Amino acid sequence: MCRVVDLQQAVLARNDEHADLLRADLAARGTTVVNLLSSPGSGKTALLELELAMARERGVPVAALTADLATENDAVRLARSGAPVKQVLTDGLCHLEARMLAGHLDGWLPEATRLLFVENVGNLVCPASYDLGEALRVVLASVTEGEDKPLKYPTAFGLAHLVVVTKTDIARAVDFDEGAFRVNVAQVNPGVEVLLTSARAGQGVGALLDRALAAGDGEPVHRPVMAASSAHHHS
Amino acid sequence: MHEMSIAMAVVEQVTAAALDAGADSVQQVRLEVGELAGVVPEALAFSFELACGGTALEGAELIAEPVPGRARCDDCRTEWPTGMPPKLWCPSCSASSARLLSGRELRIVSVRWTEEPEPVRVLEEC
Repeated sequence: MCRVVDLQQAVLARNDEHADLLRADLAARGTTVVNLLSSPGSGKTALLELELAMARERGVPVAALTADLATENDAVRLARSGAPVKQVLTDGLCHLEARMLAGHLDGWLPEATRLLFVENVGNLVCPASYDLGEALRVVLASVTEGEDKPLKYPTAFGLAHLVVVTKTDIARAVDFDEGAFRVNVAQVNPGVEVLLTSARAGQGVGALLDRALAAGDGEPVHRPVMAASSAHHHS
Repeated sequence: MHEMSIAMAVVEQVTAAALDAGADSVQQVRLEVGELAGVVPEALAFSFELACGGTALEGAELIAEPVPGRARCDDCRTEWPTGMPPKLWCPSCSASSARLLSGRELRIVSVRWTEEPEPVRVLEEC
């Protein structure tokens, strides 16, 4: 007998459930996840090296998990800070999912960790759709990538709690138009903060760490228009 | 290409629902795909065909219904199509109090499957 059945199920509902579980589980342990998204070569790792070093200077128990398709180079760089670091090789998968992350944290994440930075696979398309249980989602773009990056990758920038511009020390050399970049960010994510950073000049490193700690302390983070729940949960 | 992961999630969810209902073969899956869902329909169709192989969905047809992005201003109550890339500032009063009404959908709406007729249960032979 042939039958048409109303299912009305969100496709990413499972991942969202896993993400909510992980968020609650980590919150109970006092750990806050910061999910870092960017394209390859944006300078995520360089900035993260400084964030880890500064957190340790300030006495904040911090850890980092970095995901790549291949090589352990990033983990080697990040481990120089002395913070616990784990490299995840996704074997070709273009993004992390909440269940995968939970599996990788199991038995590794030190009990007292206050901040866990997750360096997602370098990719501005796929990771955008997967909540990892983060309290703060940071989307980074370097000044070399062009001011229209937020319009080319609207899902990533549209769902960001915080947008970070990297490599500002070379902004003039590459004619980066900060005003145009801000207008484009505001089009897809009105009201989101844009933070300027330079790993080379040490700019914005403390500010980013402050935002992460504030999110962990329960201070409200920006609510992107695109994250509206009405479009997700109607049935 | 996360469309493969999405296709596999669809197959997993439909398989579970079919199992619950006692359906053994699925002919069609209808999805709503929002303009702002970050999914490429062609890539999804390709991935879906692969993901269905060897499951109760083998050979099933995928119908992806596009859902346009729409937003509404909470201040002046203007409604507008967001377009792509989306414009999420109110075009009438420039307020930043927009609310997304649609466009992020990625949902399984319905499925068509074949259910085995309830077997007649023989309680007692006589």
